[in-house]
Amino acid sequence: MNDIVLANIDKSFGDKRVLTGVTHTFAAGGVHGVMGPSGCGKTTLLNILLGLLPPDAGTVAGVNPNALGAVFQEDRLCERASVGANIRMAAPAFREDGALRPLLAEMGLEAKTPVFELSGGMKRRVALLRALAAPSELIIMDEPFTGLDEGLKQTAAACIRRRQGGRTLIVVTHSKNDLSLLGGSLSLSLPGCFTTG
Amino acid sequence: MRGKKIPKKLILPLCALFWLLVWQFASMRIGEEILLVSPLAAGARFIELIAAPVFWLTAGFSLTRIMGGFLIALAVGGGLAALAYRFGAVTHLLSPLFSAVKSVPVASYTILCLIFLNTGSLALMIAFLMTLPIVYETLLEGLRQTDKRLLEMAKIFRISRLCRLRYIYAAQILPYLTSVIGVGVGIAWKSGVAAEVIGLPRGAIGTRLYEAKITLDMRSLFAWTVAVMLLCYLLEKLIRLLVKRAARVLERG
Repeated sequence: MNDIVLANIDKSFGDKRVLTGVTHTFAAGGVHGVMGPSGCGKTTLLNILLGLLPPDAGTVAGVNPNALGAVFQEDRLCERASVGANIRMAAPAFREDGALRPLLAEMGLEAKTPVFELSGGMKRRVALLRALAAPSELIIMDEPFTGLDEGLKQTAAACIRRRQGGRTLIVVTHSKNDLSLLGGSLSLSLPGCFTTG
Repeated sequence: MRGKKIPKKLILPLCALFWLLVWQFASMRIGEEILLVSPLAAGARFIELIAAPVFWLTAGFSLTRIMGGFLIALAVGGGLAALAYRFGAVTHLLSPLFSAVKSVPVASYTILCLIFLNTGSLALMIAFLMTLPIVYETLLEGLRQTDKRLLEMAKIFRISRLCRLRYIYAAQILPYLTSVIGVGVGIAWKSGVAAEVIGLPRGAIGTRLYEAKITLDMRSLFAWTVAVMLLCYLLEKLIRLLVKRAARVLERG
């Protein structure tokens, strides 16, 4: 597992310059916070790290595209498939729902339930578990606690800490409290952004 | 004061009854069964027909060919839609072909097919040709509407092709498949029976319709028409049900 090194990343959408000369190193195995207000390019930066967007200039080093996990801003679940199927498609090592049971129990979920029957908070927990269960070296989380109340945040954060397993975690959030729940600290504050929490 | 609402499940039967009464009234008004047979007479003839083994042989003959043609169109059209979705050049290549296929009348195809095929295979070929463009275009549109965010998720998590097909594309395509079954089964029957009326294969529904026409047996003409409508309706329901069940089994995993 390598450090992830961003060097002079630029990204624009038409006339709008979103990222300018972003240079940063995320140490391997750490929990790193990326913070800033809406529209300052946090999600764009995550998409560049995930390889979903090419930077206009600059380089990204240390990301193994075959060992990524992600919690996207939206849950991106297959709505008609069961909770178990949604996790197993990303983590085929869990061959059957039985193997997933201990993991699901940590978040209070049932393997057989179809996703469309779940509440928003439950779907978020499925998205979190999918990212944790999938084999990866780097997990990128965009606002991982969206839709979770304070109690569930604590539960989810504890589960993430237990299951991180030495992997690098990059978390975009608006809240320093969320970051500290994960045992991480502010790593990158994008230019012109301010932090809350 | 507003009157009581009619229960939902009674609305369709009541509407059907209304049109049967209109038909009965029109038939009584004309007073010539040879011009417009009454629904009662057509119904009585239909019951006579279904009691005879020849009805089931005839229905089976047309059913296997027409539905065979439609099911082959589903498979071929689905395969071509998948290819066109994956490779843009296939879309351009197929576009003029399907434009031509759509604009040629059933009668022209039927006559052309009669040169190359025996009459027994005619309905299968015509049902296939008439439904193929609809299946292809509808399923391609369904594939194009696939949620790009789910495909990105699948890419990040390195989800296998089989799982993508099963959980992302199958769910996406299901409403389009249901819609194409609704439209396609009807078109397959209409075009297939029309082809049989021209080609007159032995023991087909279209041939029975033709015989009823030349003998001015309007009761049989209407009874066979009712048989086609019923078969079309029942098969559409059956295929939709099977597709939904298959999709549910696939998706739940």
